[in-house]
Amino acid sequence: MSYLADVGALARKDLLLELRSRDTLPAMLLFVLSSFVVFHFVLPTGTDRLAAQGLLWVAIVFTALLGLARAFSAEREQSVLDGLVLATRDLSAIWFGKALSILAFLALAEVVALPVFGLFFGRVELRTVAAVALADLGIAAVGTLLAGMAAASRARELLLPLLFLPLVIPLVIGGVGATVADHPSSYLGLLALYDAVFGLVAWGSFAYVVAE
Amino acid sequence: MLHASGLEKRYGNRRALGAVSFDVDPHGFLVITGPNGSGKSTLLRLCAGLAVPTGGELRIDVARERVGFLAHEALVYRELTALENLDLYGRLYRVEERRERIGMLLERFGLWDARHKRAGAYSRGMLQRLALCRVLLHEPALLVLDEPHSGLDDEGLHLLERELAERREDVTVVVATHEPERVLPFATSRLALG
Repeated sequence: MSYLADVGALARKDLLLELRSRDTLPAMLLFVLSSFVVFHFVLPTGTDRLAAQGLLWVAIVFTALLGLARAFSAEREQSVLDGLVLATRDLSAIWFGKALSILAFLALAEVVALPVFGLFFGRVELRTVAAVALADLGIAAVGTLLAGMAAASRARELLLPLLFLPLVIPLVIGGVGATVADHPSSYLGLLALYDAVFGLVAWGSFAYVVAE
Repeated sequence: MLHASGLEKRYGNRRALGAVSFDVDPHGFLVITGPNGSGKSTLLRLCAGLAVPTGGELRIDVARERVGFLAHEALVYRELTALENLDLYGRLYRVEERRERIGMLLERFGLWDARHKRAGAYSRGMLQRLALCRVLLHEPALLVLDEPHSGLDDEGLHLLERELAERREDVTVVVATHEPERVLPFATSRLALG
């Protein structure tokens, strides 16, 4: 229970910071909505529905990347990560708390973005919503680990996309597959498997990322 | 409490700290002096368990969460108030009677009236006082202090000296400073770097 209390305190702190500074969620929202507008004008009239569904996943991945780039900015500013490393008994709680807050930001951005996507490109089916929810878990798990690694580096703006984009390719494959295939269950299974495997790897390895 | 032998720290090819040896007994008070760039802050990060030596041996006989580390930065969130910052650390350190202890420290360091102000709006001296509250919050067994006098006004300096005097018998202290005369009355050993 103490572990979960630590996770709760750290996630609550991130939500409070965002409520005060408002520098992540509004940027994510603006980016995802602008992407849809651009896609709407880029795609020729009468374009296949499948092409539009693919673009949804492009927008989701890059919106997540935008949020992840800011994930550890508050910790970096005042070297707060040192304080958290000393105070937190199990360092994976820092990852867990941060992943929860990133998941919340992604979910909030998508609650707005999916209806807008539906407005531009046609109805969003339930299986798409399920695929997005599963992909969000994987993005938050892997993205938090990589954002933590990048935060310690001088070339963080370069490092994060270089690490993140190749690692989320399975999520894009699973997401697009679940959205357009006749039988989405195997693709949803792939997403769930990715979440479980990469979630465990990220949870177990975060301590090595923040400790020198 | 602390034992270092031939302690070394390198970042790539750059040597940040070279072959340092010292011992600090429980309740000892080590004063580290040296010019800028001599490795004082690196040594303190090693003592706090925040960095790993690249050479030599370092033994720290205290758990990580029993260390109170005062760094150059306050290690607090600028967008959170003093109260919220200390509450977060209090929860993570699992401080008993957290609210009372936070209130007592804020009173003691003259920050009670500014407790609802965001740390980002604090002056350098107030931030240093808040950092001291954070460091002392969980009653650490080992205090690692990097330039604790930095930014403090006369009243702040007096408060810090009073805290050190009061805790002298209960904690082990490692302090790096450019003003050794302020802490020499408490010192049990001294290490000059560079």
